[in-house]
Amino acid sequence: MLRQLEGSRAIAETVALCRPEVVCAYPISPQTHIIEAIGRMVKDGSLAPCEFINVESEFAAMSVSIGASAAGARAYTATASQGLLFMIEAVYNAAGLGLPIVMTLANRAIGAPINIWNDHSDAMAVRDTGWIQLFAETNQEAADLHVQAFRLAEELSVPVMVCMDGFILTHAVEGVDLLDQATVDRFLPPYEPRQVLDPDDPVSIGAMVGPEAFEEVRYLAHLRQLDALDQIPVIADAFAELTGRASGGLVHPYRTADADTIVVAMGSVLGTIKDAVDRRREAGDRVGVLGITSFRPFPIAAVRRALSGARRVVVIEKAFSLGMGGVLATDVSMATLGSTAVLSTVVAGLGGRPIPRRSVEETIERAGRDQLTPLSFLDLDDGIIERERGRMARTRRSGPFAENVLRDLRQAKEGRP
Amino acid sequence: MSHDPTDAPALDQRVHFYQVGSFAVGNRLLNADDRTVQSSAQRTNSIDSGHRACQGCGEALGARYALDAAMRATNGRLLAVNATGCLEVFSTPYPETSWRIPWLHSLFGNAPAVATGVSAAMRVKGREDVRVVAQAGDGGTVDIGFGTLSGMFERNDDVLFICYDNEGYMNTGVQRSAATPPAARTATTDVVGDEPGNPFGQGKDLPRIAMAHDIPYVATATVADLHDLERKVERAMSLRGARYLHVFVPCPLGWGAASNETIHLARLAQSTGLFPVFEAERGVVTNVLPIRRWSPVEEYLTLQRRYAHLVGPRGRPDIVARLQAIADANVVRYGLLPDERNDGEDD
Repeated sequence: MLRQLEGSRAIAETVALCRPEVVCAYPISPQTHIIEAIGRMVKDGSLAPCEFINVESEFAAMSVSIGASAAGARAYTATASQGLLFMIEAVYNAAGLGLPIVMTLANRAIGAPINIWNDHSDAMAVRDTGWIQLFAETNQEAADLHVQAFRLAEELSVPVMVCMDGFILTHAVEGVDLLDQATVDRFLPPYEPRQVLDPDDPVSIGAMVGPEAFEEVRYLAHLRQLDALDQIPVIADAFAELTGRASGGLVHPYRTADADTIVVAMGSVLGTIKDAVDRRREAGDRVGVLGITSFRPFPIAAVRRALSGARRVVVIEKAFSLGMGGVLATDVSMATLGSTAVLSTVVAGLGGRPIPRRSVEETIERAGRDQLTPLSFLDLDDGIIERERGRMARTRRSGPFAENVLRDLRQAKEGRP
Repeated sequence: MSHDPTDAPALDQRVHFYQVGSFAVGNRLLNADDRTVQSSAQRTNSIDSGHRACQGCGEALGARYALDAAMRATNGRLLAVNATGCLEVFSTPYPETSWRIPWLHSLFGNAPAVATGVSAAMRVKGREDVRVVAQAGDGGTVDIGFGTLSGMFERNDDVLFICYDNEGYMNTGVQRSAATPPAARTATTDVVGDEPGNPFGQGKDLPRIAMAHDIPYVATATVADLHDLERKVERAMSLRGARYLHVFVPCPLGWGAASNETIHLARLAQSTGLFPVFEAERGVVTNVLPIRRWSPVEEYLTLQRRYAHLVGPRGRPDIVARLQAIADANVVRYGLLPDERNDGEDD
């Protein structure tokens, strides 16, 4: 049954259906509504047994989750942006210990300058931690991915991060069909840990490992990520069989079969890109979209298959590596190695900058005319850049540049020189 | 538990109920119930032999007594969380482990939060008979773990947190922590300049900070009085909620002391007043271990190379006097000398 729900509410209710036993909460926009709703459910007894713990930092949120998971409890938390960076040491640790924690990441930009709106910089900052990272396109998929995430995490003993665009998804109210308890219980068996703190069978977890074994331990963790490449489609199929919904999986190709230009992207922007592709198709362009759901592990083979017929690949991504270029594009380039396809990166939507369909269409058109540079920034205001570069060249003490840019914008708006 | 000598076996002759010189009470002079858990064949050896602690390590000794006492108090239903540090490193180079109890090491600064998670897992599973101990050195407690520790206190999570305080970052090569005393030499507070060693700061007295959270139990102990340490662990395990035990553990390596002086130094820290030994419940001091035989701080300083610049012909009596003033202030604050000082009564 479709219900009109805020994305965060849909996630909270779905996580509750997964019977988490320990949930940690530390507020940071835009994930706060999720943990607020779960906190209420624990307090009114509708989610039980469950321990809801208000912690003093995100570092503590992940650390409490580590302790709970190592002691055999199903653990969940949510964060975003600066919060994810503040917990990053524990994020690595959870994966290194092989603890199947599930975390929602409400994707948000990283400061400075401080910015609460959406992009993917936070998720990219933890791509090498050993967490599985799944990106949701819609709130329906975000909700469904959480159920799949618990099963995937616990089958493989690997933590899973469900990434959903902050505000664009977390705060959007749209129709979502939530599962019922019986269905989730059929899909998600109780947590059977591979390793657990137990007075009747004492083990040491988290021992120091020297050069004689560290590489092997890390390689085993890599193999579990590769196992996930097999498991993610299996779990998505099982989910589809139970619910009739095609949520999850490794990639979502759209009109790629005969496409000579394929746009690659992750998250909610895929909807806009599909609209743009539909319009270009009407104009006669052979264009398609490849949505990446599993960013870690990165499905090189599936991406290569989907892109095999393309002459041009355009990666639109909401993050980039300063001084280098696209992050997702670098991974995609591993899948196009040896092919003649031309790869270009378009950085878009940073810090919540809207990605209008028209701009995407223009990008696709330019790609079709082979006019896209290897790296470009969507709707970048070149005048602002030149003014600040000029100011920095003229004056040693040119001041804080983010504030300068804001002043230029205001003056331009007010029509002053 | 009582130390009343009338409980001891009746003896006709007049005897010392303590070792001459050290003033330690011998185990065999106590009632069986009062004897250390280490005297029992049933002791758990929570940290087993074969680990890589330095000779004379106060932390290894303190942890062994504390954990075995906690195991006895919980009937073997104990889970331990460990911060990064000497204790973690010397006990577990993979694949060996000294731990005979379930043991989890996560990070340097998060042992209190990890223990909160373990405790929450036990509660949600209805296994509240299983208790949780978290442990760290002073760096993991007063510095990098301070935030998570305060959070754990404030929520009153059911965890006993034990700090083994050796007054510095010994595992990384003897650097200064917020628990390093004034004037002590460390690798980052060298003996140069007008104020050699660690500067005189405001101090960071964690037992008193813990008390300010009004948690059920706060206590300090030293490895010079292991019966006292065990008794405090048992008291802590008889309570629920956040509990804090701060154990003074000399470090021969970091302090430049002979490895056979560990117990002696711990005793001097208490008997000078530099390290007050007390208990507090809900923010109120309930019990103080009085100084049996007062010593001036110089006696304590002289045994440690980290203070070598303060004593002797080219020493700094002015700085020694400032350290003595700290000890004297503790004596007054905690009433460590209820009667007048009685230096060396009957050796």
